[in-house]
Amino acid sequence: MTTKTKQLMYGTHAAGEAAIQAGCTCYFGYPITPQNELPEYMSRRLPEVGGIFIQAESELASINMVLGASVAGARAMTSSSSPGISLKQEGISFMAGMELPAVIVNIMRGGPGLGNIAPAQSDYFQATRGGGHGDYRTPVLAPASVQELADLTFLAFDLADQYRNPVLILGDGMLGQLMEPVVIPVRKKNEALPEKDYILTGAKDRPARLVKSLILDVKEMEDHNWKLHRKYQRIEQNETRWESYRMEDAEMAVIAYGTAARIARGAINRLRKEDENVRIGLIRPITLWPFPAKALRDAVKKTGDFFVFELSAGQMVEDVRLALEGRGKIHFYGRPGGVVPTPAELARSMARHYYQSKRSRKK
Amino acid sequence: MKKVYSRPKSLRNVSMHYCPGCGHSIIHRLIAELLDEMNLQDQAICVPPAGCAVLAYNYIDIDMVEAPHGRATAVATGVKRVRPDNLVFSYQGDGDLAAIGTAEALHAANRGEHITVIFVNNAVYGMTGGQMAPTSLIGQKTTTSPHGRTVANEGPPIRVCELMAQLGGPSYLERVSVSSPAGVRKTKAAIKKAFEYQIKKSGFSLVEILSPCPTNWKMDAMASCAWIDEVMAKEFPLGVIKEVQC
Repeated sequence: MTTKTKQLMYGTHAAGEAAIQAGCTCYFGYPITPQNELPEYMSRRLPEVGGIFIQAESELASINMVLGASVAGARAMTSSSSPGISLKQEGISFMAGMELPAVIVNIMRGGPGLGNIAPAQSDYFQATRGGGHGDYRTPVLAPASVQELADLTFLAFDLADQYRNPVLILGDGMLGQLMEPVVIPVRKKNEALPEKDYILTGAKDRPARLVKSLILDVKEMEDHNWKLHRKYQRIEQNETRWESYRMEDAEMAVIAYGTAARIARGAINRLRKEDENVRIGLIRPITLWPFPAKALRDAVKKTGDFFVFELSAGQMVEDVRLALEGRGKIHFYGRPGGVVPTPAELARSMARHYYQSKRSRKK
Repeated sequence: MKKVYSRPKSLRNVSMHYCPGCGHSIIHRLIAELLDEMNLQDQAICVPPAGCAVLAYNYIDIDMVEAPHGRATAVATGVKRVRPDNLVFSYQGDGDLAAIGTAEALHAANRGEHITVIFVNNAVYGMTGGQMAPTSLIGQKTTTSPHGRTVANEGPPIRVCELMAQLGGPSYLERVSVSSPAGVRKTKAAIKKAFEYQIKKSGFSLVEILSPCPTNWKMDAMASCAWIDEVMAKEFPLGVIKEVQC
């Protein structure tokens, strides 16, 4: 596998190759559609670079193998799709409590329950609110192209090590199975990362180490929670990412992430082409947690009109409301259950809302 | 005068929280003695369970990582694959290993992971207050089988060593008990052998230890030991269950 050159790759394969280039030496997973191409890729590639691949007996086992590999000092990852990610929440909560790095890829599918295997964005709440039990957060990265999936996979390992925290990559069945040209990033040593002074290697010439999440004393447990909270505040401060598209003159801002943002771009371009007076732009959150609330608060100074589009019945829209704190007018268009509307379909709904708002603005 | 008995170096100089007559303190000590004798203290990594023995890290002075309930062998797999030259062992109770963690335990065994499992079978959930365990005996009264376990309602107790012996992966499976001085000596020998299997990278090893829980059995220490010998050992026969020459 040569890097630096542009090649045509599946999203899942690009994520796998980027992980390997980022120094990931351990992958543990369990089959579930639509992300099987990632474990398949890793089963082939990791042995070539001296890494470890295990197809585990369950999602529970695979996330806990990640925990073990992480505490032993390796860069480790797992991936799954929605029902499997639910099972991994136990391990993610433990790793958040123990402050262990890990990268978890969720190629979302329609739910709830077994749902279907079509692309969806219905795990937003689960991903951005911690997901498992306890008071914790995990950074959530939401790529919208195969290139960005590769780039963010690369970034995810650095963020995980920097903050000693699990990091989620939230894609969907469309992104995972899409083939696009991609340049896989090449790793340079990141000197800014803290030394792993917590890992277990055997207590040779040093006191024994203990990595745990059990803290029976409530005062100590409260202190630990506040310590985690301060870390999450640092992440909010430093790691919030988003992209603005055609927002310079926008009277209406579409808010969408991942595959939905790709569709929204198409719809915006379509409407702007049809009518040169159309002023619609896009704010695309790249990190879902931390949510780019500031970008929205800045936008509301120029445009009071927001159109939130998700492949769900409405989850991120709650963060938009929280960010705007009552300001602006928010319209929601959602397609849950694995339905992926075309840019033309979305454009119709967008146009209806845009022109209605425009009329009321003129009055 | 010659000193013939002292605290092992690998055992911290603190008092244990275990109830009087509990087997965990004996088993902890045996592990610590072996870590000293085999010179393994600075190589060992232990994965303690959810349960009374989660606090093993307060007593055994080695690197440790907690696992979610039942997942110790999955965590140990991750650690051992990354650090193949360390001694990696899990320490698990019957609920942890034979109920919630059955899948992880059987599959780690079947993969022949080069890890050791110290499996403490006391036929109850100890820490949570004496509920029925997968290894509780037929007729045994617990807080969740108040009229005694029945085959009709809960099924018979699970014999972990015999179950694992059907798999290709395990190399060494032995059942022992800490109900008598002779049993304690055999237990130490079994753990030593299991560690040796791991050091030689000869596959998965597990030592099942029948261990008293006087508090939840509502017996005194002597009666608990007698119950292990007279009742428990009939359901869970002692001895080497599987041994593949390493």
